[in-house]
Amino acid sequence: MTHEQRVVIVGAGPAGVRAAETLVAAGVRPVVLDENARWGGQIYRQPPANATFERTKQTLYGFEARKADAVHTTMAALLPHLDYRPDTLAWSCGRGRLDTLHAGRETGVPFTHLIIASGATDRVLPVPGWTLPGVYTLGGAQVALKSQGCSIGQRVVLAGTGPLLYLVAYQYVKAGAQVVAVLDTSALSQQIAAAPKLARQPVTLAKGLYYVGWLRAHGVRIERHVTLVGIGGEHHVRSITWHGAGNRATNETLACDAVGLGFGLRPETQLADLAGCRFRFDAQNRCWLPELDAAGRTSVPGIYLAGDGAGIAGADAAELAGRRTALAVLDDLGIAHPRGPDMPGAASLERRLQRIAVFRQGLEAAFALPVDTASQWPDEMTVCRCEEVDAGTLRGCIRSGGATEINRLKALTRVGMGRCQGRMCGEAALALLSAETGKPLEALGRLRSQPPVKPIPLSPALYADDVAEIPEEARDE
Amino acid sequence: MNKPLHYDVAIAGGGLVGASAALALVKSGLRVGLFERRFCGAQASGVNYGGVRCQGRPAEQMPLAMRARRVWDRLPELIGIDGEFVVSGHLRLARSESDLAALETWARMARTHGLDPQVISGDAFRRRYPWLGAAAIGGSLCASDGHANPRLVSPAFARAAHAAGADIREQTELTEVGHDGTRFQLRAGDQHFTADWLINSAGAWANKIAASFGETVPMKPIYPNMWVTEPLPLFITHNLGVYGGGIYARQVARGNCVVGGGRGHGDGEYGQPSTDTTRAVMRDACALLPALRDALLIRTWSGVEGETPDSNPIVGASRTVPRLLHAFGFSGGGFLLAPGVGEVLADLITGGETSTPLDAFSIDRFTSVPTLHAL
Repeated sequence: MTHEQRVVIVGAGPAGVRAAETLVAAGVRPVVLDENARWGGQIYRQPPANATFERTKQTLYGFEARKADAVHTTMAALLPHLDYRPDTLAWSCGRGRLDTLHAGRETGVPFTHLIIASGATDRVLPVPGWTLPGVYTLGGAQVALKSQGCSIGQRVVLAGTGPLLYLVAYQYVKAGAQVVAVLDTSALSQQIAAAPKLARQPVTLAKGLYYVGWLRAHGVRIERHVTLVGIGGEHHVRSITWHGAGNRATNETLACDAVGLGFGLRPETQLADLAGCRFRFDAQNRCWLPELDAAGRTSVPGIYLAGDGAGIAGADAAELAGRRTALAVLDDLGIAHPRGPDMPGAASLERRLQRIAVFRQGLEAAFALPVDTASQWPDEMTVCRCEEVDAGTLRGCIRSGGATEINRLKALTRVGMGRCQGRMCGEAALALLSAETGKPLEALGRLRSQPPVKPIPLSPALYADDVAEIPEEARDE
Repeated sequence: MNKPLHYDVAIAGGGLVGASAALALVKSGLRVGLFERRFCGAQASGVNYGGVRCQGRPAEQMPLAMRARRVWDRLPELIGIDGEFVVSGHLRLARSESDLAALETWARMARTHGLDPQVISGDAFRRRYPWLGAAAIGGSLCASDGHANPRLVSPAFARAAHAAGADIREQTELTEVGHDGTRFQLRAGDQHFTADWLINSAGAWANKIAASFGETVPMKPIYPNMWVTEPLPLFITHNLGVYGGGIYARQVARGNCVVGGGRGHGDGEYGQPSTDTTRAVMRDACALLPALRDALLIRTWSGVEGETPDSNPIVGASRTVPRLLHAFGFSGGGFLLAPGVGEVLADLITGGETSTPLDAFSIDRFTSVPTLHAL
């Protein structure tokens, strides 16, 4: 690699680490930027380096301990061979440059080749009471445990849908927390119907079944096909109410002091959007995703995507995609692929990724989102908590004919305009817009990303020495 | 073949100029069709900074600005909402004695148009504005100025025009415009329309329409760069500008500080903020408004606007085709003016003349200038 060529990887989760490993093996020294303090991503998140408690990898990651350890060990061994920058937020991406923030300092990071392995975040759907203190996203509940050894409450209910629901419940109970119920909005029948596709990854399927059996054996109440009615409490969570399927189902209420609410994961695609990558609507992920070729190339030359940030496929797929994408970067740099028993070839990686993709289709069918509830959301329920926009305001705007498209709805109501920039509320706003207009998601527009990806403080610009002057001809009043 | 739909007035461009013209015209009983290729008030009219400011304008804009300013007091009556219009006053800051002298000169001119700006400096200024950084040594306060929310105001004019009977056609791009000697012939895909009058209010894209009638003007796209903070305790009491430019700021009732300055970039079709510009304005904003140092910036944005060589708009009759009116090229200063321009255009169509002087805005002034950009 000549000195003009500079490969940057955003994210040090399974995809980022495997991409880095592949590049280093071929003699490339990449820059690895990671928002977390330690490598491993969300799934293989490590406790803080200075943690005063110790939990083994077996405790932290269960069945995945071996994989987690492999990713951790690989990255540790790579450190001398790359430019690793933890605690670094990539807040914007332009032509050939990322803007980053680290320890109150802003730095522009130039690149010729950029692998975005930015992962996923919780997909949030509101239920009445979801903004009460004591309600966490499911991923947040898991982070509290993995990173800090904390439970989100004394009497925890995990609600929503997706395989993570059962995994987090298992991890919580194993850690000694009291999980009073798991409330799954999807039906067992959906999960059975999806079984043929799920069987494409028999080990993963078996693990899922194991968690459910284990939870039942340990007396954790599991309810399926529920409709979440609301979370109760005045200043803090006190209860959760739901009803089962069928005409005669009545409301049930359970006392609890914390709720982990999860509806699967949502790819973090903002950097690719800011980089100008072309997007397409993806029905399985229910969102717009960057167009990719099988190797992970986006529509913008030099920009690549790997892992859940390119579409949810899980940690195993992320490792494979990280490797595959790095090979594409090497091809585009004109550098030979690394050889060795630990270095699978492109064709083998793509075959394995394809098998996981089929499994993923099954998973999405097994844990379908309860989006039809949008029509029943009460008017007074907050949809956008940053800007305090409730469902009634959104309905009013849509029904007045003001908005038939999501960016328009944002402009007129402020939904998605606050600190989260729609990362949390965008899905709910779209579900409501879809319910009100009767149009499918792909006909409702795409919430466009605007920098910064996450809020940034103003003061670093005061201390940076590379801040330009505003040119005379651009000095508007 | 179906007979084409006929309007008294067709309007190309559903920004604030086109929509306010549509509203004024439909209220005087005319059949109005407005064509917007995207959504009304979603381009520069809807994403601009939101300044409603007479202060700092050149003398030739003052009569139009004063007329436009009166429209802003009637928003609830005209469009059913106040559009978050706040009469906060506009404070134009001086960083030097020569800036102060220039503000005094401007104030004398403005008084002849009925404004009464106050120039404040020294201790009185410091006591009154302890939240301003030391670089600002004085300023001119124009109490009748303010700011509003463009995202709400501009679409609301189109909705009001629609409610009053105008035919508002969003996501409808005019693909052919021409004049057959009797009337305008307009096509949008396979739809065919005719009109007695045509208003070209297509903003940064207005040269496309103008070119159809052989009179493009030297106008280039600009991309003002803006950003907003998280909500902060209220402290910026006025809409702020700086003499000589570079930065402008306001704080909305919710607490967010909206700050602009410098330019983003774009391709003529879409604008994007520039992180270099954003960081430059972040630094300058912290110096001007020290309370912002600890704030978080949550969003940056830009839009596409047309700028003319003299920064004055083109408002008035075509020199090549009868009954064609142009109103575009506001060069970053159109938000205040636009509702007044709507009234002026309605005057010209319904009465054949207007009491507001438009000489400085004539398209004739560019006749000797070669076309730089045929967009």
